[in-house]
Amino acid sequence: MIDLNLFLLQVVTGIALGSVYVLLAIGLSLIFGMLTVVNFAHGAYFMVGAYAGVWVLGQTGNFWLAIAAAPLIVGAIGLLTERVLVRPLYGRGIDYPLLLTFGLSYVFIDLIRMIFGIDGLSIGTPAALRGAVDIGVGHFPLYRLFLIGATAAIVFALWLFIEKTKYGLIIRAGARDAEIVRVLGIDVSRVWLIIFGLGTAIAGVSGILAAPIRAVNPEMGIPVLAESFVVTVVGGMGSLPGAVVAGLLVGMVYSITSLYFPDLAELSIFVLMALVLMFRPQGFFGRTGLMS
Amino acid sequence: MNKPNTTRRKIIAGAAAAAAVSPFSFNIARAQGAPIRIGFPVPLTGPYGVEAQDQVRCAELAIKEFNDAGGLKGRKAELLVRDDKLNPGEAATRTLELIEKDKVNYIVGSLSAAVQLSINNVTKERKVLFNSISQSDAINELKDWSLYTFHEALNPHITASAVGRYVFPKYGKRVVFLTADYAYGHEMVRGFQRAGKAFNIETLADIRHPIGASDYSAFLPRIQSLKPDVLVMCNFGRDMLNATKQATDFGLKSTTRIVTPVLLFTARMAGGADVFDGVVGGTSYYWGMESTTPAAKVFNDKYRKAYNGGVPSDYGALGYSGVRTVLQSVKNAGTTETDKVIAAMRDLKYDYFKGPQYYRNCDHQSVQSVLIIESKSKGMKDKNDVFNIVGIDKPDEKNLRSCQELGFRG
Repeated sequence: MIDLNLFLLQVVTGIALGSVYVLLAIGLSLIFGMLTVVNFAHGAYFMVGAYAGVWVLGQTGNFWLAIAAAPLIVGAIGLLTERVLVRPLYGRGIDYPLLLTFGLSYVFIDLIRMIFGIDGLSIGTPAALRGAVDIGVGHFPLYRLFLIGATAAIVFALWLFIEKTKYGLIIRAGARDAEIVRVLGIDVSRVWLIIFGLGTAIAGVSGILAAPIRAVNPEMGIPVLAESFVVTVVGGMGSLPGAVVAGLLVGMVYSITSLYFPDLAELSIFVLMALVLMFRPQGFFGRTGLMS
Repeated sequence: MNKPNTTRRKIIAGAAAAAAVSPFSFNIARAQGAPIRIGFPVPLTGPYGVEAQDQVRCAELAIKEFNDAGGLKGRKAELLVRDDKLNPGEAATRTLELIEKDKVNYIVGSLSAAVQLSINNVTKERKVLFNSISQSDAINELKDWSLYTFHEALNPHITASAVGRYVFPKYGKRVVFLTADYAYGHEMVRGFQRAGKAFNIETLADIRHPIGASDYSAFLPRIQSLKPDVLVMCNFGRDMLNATKQATDFGLKSTTRIVTPVLLFTARMAGGADVFDGVVGGTSYYWGMESTTPAAKVFNDKYRKAYNGGVPSDYGALGYSGVRTVLQSVKNAGTTETDKVIAAMRDLKYDYFKGPQYYRNCDHQSVQSVLIIESKSKGMKDKNDVFNIVGIDKPDEKNLRSCQELGFRG
């Protein structure tokens, strides 16, 4: 009934959808894996990133500048959050920072409502990336192809940073055993600060990347937060490869379900999560015991 | 360092002054008769927030107008706005609160097919007049209707049939629906299919999506491969904006005409000219009709004066007429007693912003015109000049479902 081209086009759509999930889940996982902070404000950082980017775009008229500025602005807010609000809560159990970030997300949403209004902002697709191109199996929006490429580039850069730099070595060591790293004379709190900044910066850049596709409004971070938690749970809390694999998988499951059973698309990703929790509670690549 | 002190002093002084004054002002108010209170539950936050905000602006205009003209023998009206958060439960609670605690005389408002039914359940039970300003078919039907229920907005049946009669002969008969999965979406699809029977339309697919979805891309390849003549987006507010934006990105417009039952002014303003270029839809009101309709010009000018030269939106205008018809009926009845106001409202013939209107007596549906509009991207005179009016369905009871069909006897 449904021909191969359509199926393949649906797969590409799923990868593009998954790209946003991957970016969000990476930031979430990075912060959780290193700091065991469940960041409920992640969707709000995503939203602030979109607003910061659109604002820069409005000032300069340059989309590339907006993509560069959004993570810097959001990352700076992230650094401030960690230093001032999150740091005093380390060692007090996992629910303290969870409640803090949960409240913080509402603060961000209302601040944005106060500054930019509740109407939301409009941002067109940048001229160079407008329109649809023939990718062999059908027409696909150029911007979404760009989104897939940008995600791959960001993931690759992050991998290089963590696997190939001295700083990445400290981060990996800190995640394994913070105590030993501290004994070795390394300032772990600085590592944590940078991780939080990096995680939120990635949320910020995904916000501006998603902005031309989705509407920019103060509530845009709320649904994506739920979806990115699904991705981190499926991939394994705290695992970066898990975030990438699960992000793409969730995008694909959503997309393929939409093709055959559009009514169940929204539900499908939660069914996927439930199945994973039943048969592999720690997720694909997760380590057990992080939550305790 | 002095600052906190000053503030505190000010607060204390202010509180003392308020305490001293309030008993007096209360007495004065009582002497003239308590204000006429209209409860106004609308979804100020959430995906329809922009439209709801404009409904409030327009409703305030109607209130001000009534008060400036002396009210009801000196009794002034006031608007009590509440956020129903687009949630039927929340709306019921807020409405009950407005009736029980704030002692409102009437309820006007709602911006969702589902929410208005939940408000209607409360007002029906409490015997409070409710004038609904959002689309619904069910509210006209006997099982949901009551003597206290009025419906100011168009309903999906009227809207979809007007748009369908324009679109199907012109753009083609192979149709795909992309539908928000709740009462509004379902009723719209039903309306189009009913209107489409006369033109032998073929429904290729009716794809349902949850209300408030942010990404529609997963539905678009399938729609693309079906190559319909017409894609009908039976969704609203931000949903309609996002879906249209993404369909445009997928290049759907090269083969398919995008149609939406209600083409929102607010969504078009937020989405921009390119996204909506060529999209056809219906509307209860577009400010541009002022060139041919005198009442529209009067209403627009009032709005411009009050709100920095802006223009009212479609659903905003319903906030205005929804409140004004109630207040005019209060004036005509010469009392705030609900039964007499209802009788006056049933007799009301009005022309407040879009030409002549009246409430059909069997179901209290406002009989009114439907505009068919097309979004443009060229030759715009200013930023608000976004639609061409391509057709007007004159007010006619023939376009409504008959009283018998709705379950009424006569």
